[in-house]
Amino acid sequence: MNVLVYLVPLALALGLVGLFAFLWALRRGQYSDLEGAAHRILSDDDV
Amino acid sequence: MAAALDLTHYAKSERDGTLALDLAVEGITCGACIGRIEGAVKLLPGVIEARLNYTNRRLHVAWSEGALAPARILDALAEHGYRGHPFVPLRAEQEEAAEARKLTRCMAVAGFAAMNVMLLSVSVWSGNVTDITPETRDFFHWASALIALPAAAYAGRPFFTSAWRALRTRALNMDVPISLGVILALGMSLVETVHHAQHAYFDSAIMLLFFLLVGRTLDHAMRRKTRAVAGNLAALRAETANRFSGEEIVSVPVAVVKPGDRLLIRPGERVPADGTVQSGRSEIDESLITGETLLRAIAPGATVYAGSLNASGTLTLAVTAAGGSSVLDEIEKLLDKAVSAKSKVMRLADRATRIYAPVVHGSALLTVIGWLIAGASLHDAMVTAIAVLIITCPCALALAIPAVQVVASGALFRGNVILASGDALERLAEADTIIFDKTGTLTLPEPHVANAADIEPALLQTAARLALSSRHPLALALAREAAQRVPFADVVEEAGRGVRATIETAEARLGSAEFCGVTASEDQAGSQIYFSHAGRAATICIGQKLRSDAREVVDALRALGLDLHILSGDRVQAVRPVAGALGIRQWAGSLTPTEKIAIVETLERQGRRVLMVGDGLNDAPSLAAAHVSLSPISAADVTQAQADAVFLGDRLSPVLTAVTTARRARSLMRQNLWLAAIYNFIAVPFAVAGFVTPLIAALAMSGSSLMVTVNALRART
Repeated sequence: MNVLVYLVPLALALGLVGLFAFLWALRRGQYSDLEGAAHRILSDDDV
Repeated sequence: MAAALDLTHYAKSERDGTLALDLAVEGITCGACIGRIEGAVKLLPGVIEARLNYTNRRLHVAWSEGALAPARILDALAEHGYRGHPFVPLRAEQEEAAEARKLTRCMAVAGFAAMNVMLLSVSVWSGNVTDITPETRDFFHWASALIALPAAAYAGRPFFTSAWRALRTRALNMDVPISLGVILALGMSLVETVHHAQHAYFDSAIMLLFFLLVGRTLDHAMRRKTRAVAGNLAALRAETANRFSGEEIVSVPVAVVKPGDRLLIRPGERVPADGTVQSGRSEIDESLITGETLLRAIAPGATVYAGSLNASGTLTLAVTAAGGSSVLDEIEKLLDKAVSAKSKVMRLADRATRIYAPVVHGSALLTVIGWLIAGASLHDAMVTAIAVLIITCPCALALAIPAVQVVASGALFRGNVILASGDALERLAEADTIIFDKTGTLTLPEPHVANAADIEPALLQTAARLALSSRHPLALALAREAAQRVPFADVVEEAGRGVRATIETAEARLGSAEFCGVTASEDQAGSQIYFSHAGRAATICIGQKLRSDAREVVDALRALGLDLHILSGDRVQAVRPVAGALGIRQWAGSLTPTEKIAIVETLERQGRRVLMVGDGLNDAPSLAAAHVSLSPISAADVTQAQADAVFLGDRLSPVLTAVTTARRARSLMRQNLWLAAIYNFIAVPFAVAGFVTPLIAALAMSGSSLMVTVNALRART
């Protein structure tokens, strides 16, 4: 069971990475235009 | 041709010498518009950034200062068939955006913590019935504490601050029992963990916070969505004024007009601010202010109010009161009184809390006393009592109402009703009497030809085509009948008299009776415009036309058991036919705002719950005085600000939708509260008896929350 001593913190650390990624995306305004994003991906004006 | 709009008032300076402008864009129909709009604007010289938010139809443009005249952005949009309206975000909207971000962050933290604590808890639960060692269990409990305590301290802030605010004013809201439950559960779990106990309730506390935050975030998102639409509509309506700057005329937003400014008002334009006429003669339509549909003649020295429509002549106006202050004094005073007199309505949720909190906290206290008398240790008695608090923690109760609100306001939004205040739903459901204003509410905001059936169709069409060449309001109303929207060539307008043109070798005249050489009509029901062509003549009555579905909506409302009234500021002769056509027996005309408010108050004193539907400035005080109020989107600004909800479109059906959806929502709220109560009724005895383990608490809590949420979805009719 000693494996838990580092597996549990590791799992938590991975979860925290996900949390911070979400908060970062939120701050960068990635969720401010949910409908637009669905359409933007279809337009290929960058090509 | 209108002077170029001066946009400098709207552009705001950003860092490093760039200017930025937000525009509400009209005409966006599909995803391809994103590329077209951004592409067109980015081609302008000096533009650094152009970003369209497709969800709320707003365009953000930034350019380097001095490189671009902002009006060119509007031109670029216009070239592609879009209309941009400068847009200043309201303070309330900005505050709500900040609040929404805060709630979302709290929800994310709570969600992360709930998932990880649950992961550890499930291990403990399964270990407790198999072979977990006390050391491993302690380790898991400490790990849970490490996640749950900081997460709850962060994510619980919205509840803690709200509960604290309520307690400080000696009030009680739903957040008080929530905060108490969470804090006690966490505190007890920590003590239990220190004592190597078998059970800890970290998961229950954090899961409770997560569920509630999801509910609140959704509630908030729905409100922001409706507010964004309302903000765009306000930007679309925002009018411009032609201001004299020296001898030149500059088109400026109404918001920057100051007392003392001189404005030019052309025929067909709305008066942007209260003022005194300096030069020019005209007739004005004050129906938005008083409900009166007959035109009023004005001459230099006369006072005109913002919102009136200039009919025939060009006026120069000296502004006396501008912007938000441009309300008739009397109406403003009445409004203040009505708002302060409005009794504070107790919301369903508050009433539920009043009953719920004492019962739950009382039973927890009785549990401690009972177990102590029965000979249990203080520790055991406390643990059981806190388990009672956890299991009754008002998860279902706190979700019961917001969940229905989210679904119902979404349904209303699709039915073209925009709710302004959160508790309007409950008040709408309680309404048993509806008072309609006439002009612009039961009837369409713009006048139409009233006697189209009596006029020879060909003659009417010729008159309507001729009317296309005039900006007089009566002619504008007539022009709406024109099937062929091509004006005649060589039309001569004689100011204050009418228009004439030669059509098929004969002269046609449209205007006053004298101008057309016919005898004036004695009819007083509306305004008349006369037409003569090749020896034939017609008297065209321009009047208010009922909204197309008014009759059916009124019948349906009556079938719902609502008592219907019409109170109008317009003349009795103009109200009678409308009341007759709709079969509404209780009606009155020629009412002043004071009389309207008196009638509303009398009805309220009789115990009626009045829903006031109105659009005029004269309705604003009665809207504020009524139990709940609705107004069409064409309403005056002051009036709209008083209304609990605004409806869009040319039809009256949103009023019916609002009432039926609200009633359905209220019955679902009640059902949900009962569901939550029944759940507690079953769960509490188990908790008091000391049978509740963390596993049972978790199952019971998620089960009851799920139940009320699924039930709330039924509000989506």
